Amino acid sequence: MDPTAELAPVERERLPRPDSLVGKTVGLLDISKARGEVFLARLGELMTADGISVRHYKKPTFARVAPLELLQQMSVEVDLVVEALAD
Amino acid sequence: MEQLPEGFLLIVKKACPTCELIEPIIHEMSAAGLQMTIYSQDDPAFPAEFEAVLYDESLEISYDLDIETVPTLIKVLEGSEVARLVGWHREEWQAMTGISVLGSGLPEYRPGCGALNVDPGMQRELAARFGISGLAARRVEVAEISDEMETCFEKGWTDGLPVVPPTPERVLAMLKGTNRSPDEVVAVVAPNKVPCSVEKVAINAVLAGCKPEYLPVVLAAVEAACLDEFCMQGLLATTYFSAPVVIVNGPIRQAIRMNSGINALGQGNRANATIGRALQLVIRNVGGGEPGGVDRSTLGSPGKYTFCFAEDEEGSPWESFAEQNGYAPESSTVTLFPGHGIHEIFDQLSRTPESLARTIASCLLSVAHPKICMASDAVLVISPEHAAVFREAGWTKQKLLAELHNLLQRPGSELVRGVDGIAEGLPEAFADNPAIPKFKENGLMIIHAGGKAGKFSAIISGWIASGSMGSQIVTREINQ
Repeated sequence: MDPTAELAPVERERLPRPDSLVGKTVGLLDISKARGEVFLARLGELMTADGISVRHYKKPTFARVAPLELLQQMSVEVDLVVEALAD
Repeated sequence: MEQLPEGFLLIVKKACPTCELIEPIIHEMSAAGLQMTIYSQDDPAFPAEFEAVLYDESLEISYDLDIETVPTLIKVLEGSEVARLVGWHREEWQAMTGISVLGSGLPEYRPGCGALNVDPGMQRELAARFGISGLAARRVEVAEISDEMETCFEKGWTDGLPVVPPTPERVLAMLKGTNRSPDEVVAVVAPNKVPCSVEKVAINAVLAGCKPEYLPVVLAAVEAACLDEFCMQGLLATTYFSAPVVIVNGPIRQAIRMNSGINALGQGNRANATIGRALQLVIRNVGGGEPGGVDRSTLGSPGKYTFCFAEDEEGSPWESFAEQNGYAPESSTVTLFPGHGIHEIFDQLSRTPESLARTIASCLLSVAHPKICMASDAVLVISPEHAAVFREAGWTKQKLLAELHNLLQRPGSELVRGVDGIAEGLPEAFADNPAIPKFKENGLMIIHAGGKAGKFSAIISGWIASGSMGSQIVTREINQ
């Protein structure tokens, strides 16, 4: 049962989306799904061309959640993450 | 059941010998034209040859009617219960039914049996199933694959330590600790000024790990914290260290086995630990007071998890803090002090009250800052070995307070800014004042607590903004 004043919705709210990527560092996470790296590489090129700084990351396998070290590393190095989910 | 069927309700179970004994009179009552509704707890074919038996297989009817014993006979007029009998007592049944010869062939008296709905464990289960409708709090679904403990963390309901998940069963069990209605508003809780019901306090008491019998203390503590003179909003928002310190007096200390002895200010006692924690969780969860939000404390203090203890009244040479403030010895009270700490008073050599009072006074000078006066209040926790020195010399609490007051007067010339090469201090205007007291009038309180061995007492320092301009110590009586 909810112990709070019930002023916030039960569902966890999404973080606010950034208005712009200017000045932000974007993480590009390859989760090891086929051709994800191709998509992310092209996205990285386009972002870099727009003056957005980009960092590349890779999960060992799409079948498991990302290792804690990787999550912690991304959380301090970038402002937001784009991952390539599907084939 | 909001509207009961008219006439007579009879609740029976076949496994009860008294119910079997009275089976013939059920037919007598029916034959006499009485309007009857019969609920059988364990067998739809009992009583035999009676078509109107309703099988209370789920026990919902029995739960709603609060049946404890079978048989129970209830008389209903205009939809409301007007009389109830349990077991078999011939004269009573004859009087209630108006049938003067009812059960004339039966023994005069037979006790009933325990009803199925009050079997061990069953009440809690039924309460969760059927009693929940009286509760208003939002239900939060937890996915089957989720760990409910982790969910409580993710929802932000905890102070950083694990909490007990507030399931409906646990909340209903907690509410048994008070006679107050779940929807009664206890207080308006800072900082979001949210009206807080008994139910919300109970949910947070579950989170904190309280037993139901602690709930009246938690309710009184929440009420006290939300009194205007306690200024919870400011106490929460301050960059200072302080938070509510909960001190309990009266018989409830022993009833719920609070600790006022060894390690009284420390860990290890469930009541001490969880009552103080429940208050903090109400402020966090209901009031919305979170560190980094409205709670702006620079360093905080460990007491912000929980800081609650009881006075050792039995071992004290003095009247209790509550008695000193006009409460009867048989009443139980909760006192809230805006404080933090503790700061130690070490004195293993003083054998006279004069010497020990000087030690205490010199330690008290350091509250907030040695050159700051008339700002923070303080609670002095005198331990048994130190109290014995005053007891043997016949010093009353008032005499000790008066002596400390005298010892804690200092000339303004020693306290103003810049003196001793310290920029901090009183404004220059105080320089000519010959005697400035350390504490405001009634700004020093004495509580007796602690283990029997150890010549150490303690100071609980108060918020720098004390008195009518800040937070004042408050006491509330604890009601069931």
